[in-house]
Amino acid sequence: MSSEHGHDNHPPHLAHHFETPKQQFESGKLGMWVFLATEILMFGGLFCAYSIYRGNHQDVFLYGYGALNKYWGATNTVVLLASSLTMAWGVRAAQKGQQKLLLAMLIATFMGGVGFMCIKTIEYKAKWDHGLFPGTMNAFYYKNGAPAYPDKIEHAIAYIDAHNTGGHAPAHGGEHLADAHAEAPAHDEHAAPEAASEASEAHAETAEGHTAVIIPAAFGAPADVSLIPHPAVTTETGLLDTAIDNAGVTVLPHAGHTQRVWASLSPEEQGKVHIFFAIYFLMTGLHGLHVLIGMAVILWLIIKAAKGTFGKEYFTPVDIGGLYWHLVDLIWIFLFPLLYLIH
Amino acid sequence: MLAILAQSADATVFLPPARSTIAGAHDGLYHFVFWMSVFFTALIAGLLVYFCIKYHRKSHHEVPDGPTHSTAIELGWTLPPLILVLVIFTWGFRGFMNMNQAPNGAYQVLVHATKWNWAFTYAGGENDSELHVPVNTPISLVLTSGDVIHSFYVPVFRVKKDVVPGRYNKAWFQATEVGTYDLFCAEYCGTSHSQMKTKVVVETMEDWLKHVEERGRWWDGKKPAEVGAEVHAQKGCKTCHSLDGTRGTGPSWKDVFGSERKFTSGDPVVADENYIRDSILNPGHHVVEGFDNVMPTFQGSIKDPEITGVIEFLKSISANYKGLVLEEPMTATGLPGTDETETKE
Amino acid sequence: MSVIHDPVKAGIHGGQAPGGTNYINNSKGILSWLLTVDHKRIGLMYMVCVLGAFLLGGSFAIMLRTMLFIRAASETPISEGAQNMYNQAFTLHGAILVFMFIIPAVPAILGNMVLPLMLGAKDVAFPRLNLLSWYCWVGGAIFFMFVLINGGLDTGWTFYTPYSSSTTTAATTATMGAFILGFSSILTGLNFIATIHMLRPPGMGWFQMPLFLWALYATSVIQVLATPVLAITLLLLMAERILHVGIFDPALGGDPVLFQHFFWFYSHPAVYIMVLPAMGIISELMSTFCRRHIFGYSFIAFSSVAIALLGFLVWGHHMFTSGQSAMTNAVFSLITFSVAIPSAIKVFNWLATMYKGSIWLATPMLYALAFIWLFTIGGLTGVFLGALSLDIMAHDTYFVVAHFHYVMVGSMLTAFIGGMYYWWPKMFGKMYSEPVAKVAWFLIFFGFNLTFFIQFIAGSKGMPRRYADFVPEYAIYHEISTIGSYVLASGLFLVLFNWIHSLKYGRKAPQNPWGANTLEWHTSSPPPTENFVEDPPVSEPYVLGAWEYDASIEGFVHNKEKAAKLAQMSHH
Repeated sequence: MSSEHGHDNHPPHLAHHFETPKQQFESGKLGMWVFLATEILMFGGLFCAYSIYRGNHQDVFLYGYGALNKYWGATNTVVLLASSLTMAWGVRAAQKGQQKLLLAMLIATFMGGVGFMCIKTIEYKAKWDHGLFPGTMNAFYYKNGAPAYPDKIEHAIAYIDAHNTGGHAPAHGGEHLADAHAEAPAHDEHAAPEAASEASEAHAETAEGHTAVIIPAAFGAPADVSLIPHPAVTTETGLLDTAIDNAGVTVLPHAGHTQRVWASLSPEEQGKVHIFFAIYFLMTGLHGLHVLIGMAVILWLIIKAAKGTFGKEYFTPVDIGGLYWHLVDLIWIFLFPLLYLIH
Repeated sequence: MLAILAQSADATVFLPPARSTIAGAHDGLYHFVFWMSVFFTALIAGLLVYFCIKYHRKSHHEVPDGPTHSTAIELGWTLPPLILVLVIFTWGFRGFMNMNQAPNGAYQVLVHATKWNWAFTYAGGENDSELHVPVNTPISLVLTSGDVIHSFYVPVFRVKKDVVPGRYNKAWFQATEVGTYDLFCAEYCGTSHSQMKTKVVVETMEDWLKHVEERGRWWDGKKPAEVGAEVHAQKGCKTCHSLDGTRGTGPSWKDVFGSERKFTSGDPVVADENYIRDSILNPGHHVVEGFDNVMPTFQGSIKDPEITGVIEFLKSISANYKGLVLEEPMTATGLPGTDETETKE
Repeated sequence: MSVIHDPVKAGIHGGQAPGGTNYINNSKGILSWLLTVDHKRIGLMYMVCVLGAFLLGGSFAIMLRTMLFIRAASETPISEGAQNMYNQAFTLHGAILVFMFIIPAVPAILGNMVLPLMLGAKDVAFPRLNLLSWYCWVGGAIFFMFVLINGGLDTGWTFYTPYSSSTTTAATTATMGAFILGFSSILTGLNFIATIHMLRPPGMGWFQMPLFLWALYATSVIQVLATPVLAITLLLLMAERILHVGIFDPALGGDPVLFQHFFWFYSHPAVYIMVLPAMGIISELMSTFCRRHIFGYSFIAFSSVAIALLGFLVWGHHMFTSGQSAMTNAVFSLITFSVAIPSAIKVFNWLATMYKGSIWLATPMLYALAFIWLFTIGGLTGVFLGALSLDIMAHDTYFVVAHFHYVMVGSMLTAFIGGMYYWWPKMFGKMYSEPVAKVAWFLIFFGFNLTFFIQFIAGSKGMPRRYADFVPEYAIYHEISTIGSYVLASGLFLVLFNWIHSLKYGRKAPQNPWGANTLEWHTSSPPPTENFVEDPPVSEPYVLGAWEYDASIEGFVHNKEKAAKLAQMSHH
């Protein structure tokens, strides 16, 4: 080996192919930034799918987002922001060589991740209870222009329409309902086979949850909808006319409503409601996976920090792990308003 | 290679015959780009060979010294290609706009593509498995798909448009010469993609009118089993269903009628008239054991007399059916010649 | 640690590393390879695997060409089984060669091998990540092997929905495989970016970098920015197939053309992942074998970057017939044409490098010349396809097939083989047989043009691609093309034979058999594990005068005095 940088002179944490700790630190940091760019582009694909569907089917989104609980979403935003703060604090502690503070901050950040995932689980549970999981598990699942689960869909419609109309009752009314659903799922979980009884039960429950008016049309709609032929299955000469009809469908005016009820959606849009939930779960699911990976990284940092590995001279992993955690936070900062707030 | 290039003055070496109004503009640009390519290829290849000979290394001790950069030269060989491609872009874009916008009053034909079959519907609701069009008349096409993406492609017209499920794509052309031409599916669509071809028949207006009128009652005067055999050949049934017992994407038609059918789910059924009708209109209801649910519905693209024909045809080729096959020719309304509407069972 | 400190002397003694140890023989056993973090060993492991994938994907090509030949000669209708077999053959041919061969070939084999050497560095910035990327490749390859034995794949390598979301073949497994292979590509790109930024030696600014590194840098940017989009697209496709989420499937309310946008947002830039590093190799070969400073260094360097950036904006030209708006088509067409300019600049600069050079027609140079010819044809036929009205006619025909084979196979493959020959002595310390190499070159060049040029005519005549069957008028084109493919295959086998033969029987390679001045030639052949015994002298990579030919070793020897003089002159 040439004498200038023989192994013996190397500080303990310096890899053999780097000249100086600074070069190693900056390489690691650059690598992480590049990696974050790939992450942003990966999520970018999903954001792109989101904007295209939102742009093309505005009302589907306004309808579907009624199923989301913005209070839980907001809580999670606060939790994640706080954990980002503790992470940044931890990096600073590492740079200053404050071992105990670093360990405390890393644990606090990890707990933030735990809190976020717990709340996410509560939210997912509420979706699960009302048959709103993505794809074939979704109550709104349409196949070839008709609802695939005529019995389940009415329950889901009642659930969401109740939220949406509830939005006009005193502000907290609707949200109480959501909490009731989230926290006491056993109440309506038994998935009665008879659609009618289930619908009426949901009706009753909604009515007792708060004082909002239920729009009766919401219950009549699905039956009518299934009678409307979908253009994709119409192959007769009438096809063109149907196409023009569909293209010409104007959305009903909503008299001050910013959210939509089921009956106000066009048949074509009704068939796309399940895609809203697919996008919601893909986006939050992929983000949740990143939170879990981030938590694993932080756990590893905690173990290392407990052993006293990091100090003023060597804190690259803390710094790089922190960058990753901030990205996870940043993506949520976009997800939250796009999914829960905009309408 | 150069020998092939040299022949290119004759358009038919590279391009199929031009048989539509837009083909001429297309071919003009094609030849322009072609000769430009020949020029640049010859120039570059010529220089390569010339330099290799002229500057061939004689000794490894040579250390030649030539220019290493020149901004003027760089600009000199950047600008001409830039101008050329801008010209080609504009030319191509104008040609595309002409291809894209059908003239007002074009005659409209619906094209419905399914795996692996083309179905054409004329303005009066007449169905056809070949595209018949009058010569010198603008034809506009509305393209729909029943399953996956296909692509409507007629080389002699220089027309191609994807047929996308859930969308109404449009294309148009105006044929300039009477004749019969190939129509292909150009977007890969599964197993028998290469079999998804039919003909475009360009006729005089008189012949065409007669043809369309006949398509409205083409079964008129034919025996039902013959009608069924034609449906099998022309509506794409033959792509998946053989007549000799060979297994295809779908079960063979031989010996089906009157046999017991086992399904992937549900109870077995003896194949009768209702079963056949249901299998054509709702293929997903009963999927025969050992096969996939891939058949598109023929709802809307098959008429009742044609279904009757298929049923009689199936009877005629089934050893499991012991009854009589309807022999009386059909009428324009699709009823057999006698007043009976039921088969003799 | 080291015995001989003078790399020049080491060069005179057959270019062997001091003490006879080098990166290949300094440790033994399978684990010393599987756990290695040495970029050169990882490069070799990539070489073995990727060439294996090439053999597999290539045999599918021969299989499908043979089926078309039989079809051309046959009178009877084609059977359903034969159609299915053909569809599987072209799908696996495309998917295996694109994801497992063309994309990793140059960056992962040659890039891994020479990038740190060219920088005078000991390794890439993240050696363990580099090994992980190899394992990702192997992981993805295992999924593809699983596809082979479990149902096959008939979607075409493009996985277009809704066919891909409904086919009963193993599309989910294949998608997972491509997803994992994507990570391999991302990790390599990330590593190269960090390495080029951080590990350049003192004295090597961006514009003293060899052009191969500029090309690898531009490639890495594409790998890092485009591949994640493919990853999310494939994830969505998997969600579509498993959960039926309905984002792409029109029967569930989705948009199948959205998939095409997502797919080509990656896969068009991916074309430049394939061809940019190939262009980088050509720049090295041109300078070395013309024994001239490369002409227009900065124009070649910036054109790499320009191609990489413009490559991100042209994906829509794959969808001119999909029914997207005329305005969208016009914009994509215009930007597509703009890519022609930097490509043309490169070709002209290479030609100018030959002018007044001292041209040595060694095998790598023959491949560089073949590259220029094939890339010119590939590029000019791209002009046809960029023009909107011509693309409508040529889209999804053999014209497109021929065009992208000229670019992706003709250009990329010739550059790759040329690069392999060029760096073979450095990698293994052995020289291959020059006459055999030249015969193989001729077979490849002739066979390739025979196979694919005729397809331009078939395509212009209207022969659609991915057809197991065809109308009789196209038979002659298929027959000629198939014969060409056999010639091409025989040439490729001869190359392989020559390489393997040289490992045992080849003459010992000198340190610098070609007289190039990039830093990998300043160390022994093959190099020691940590690449250099002494820090190599950093100088202008294309000033070659300091290397003097020594007939006794059939190689070039570095003259330090001359080098110092030349360095002074260039500072002037």
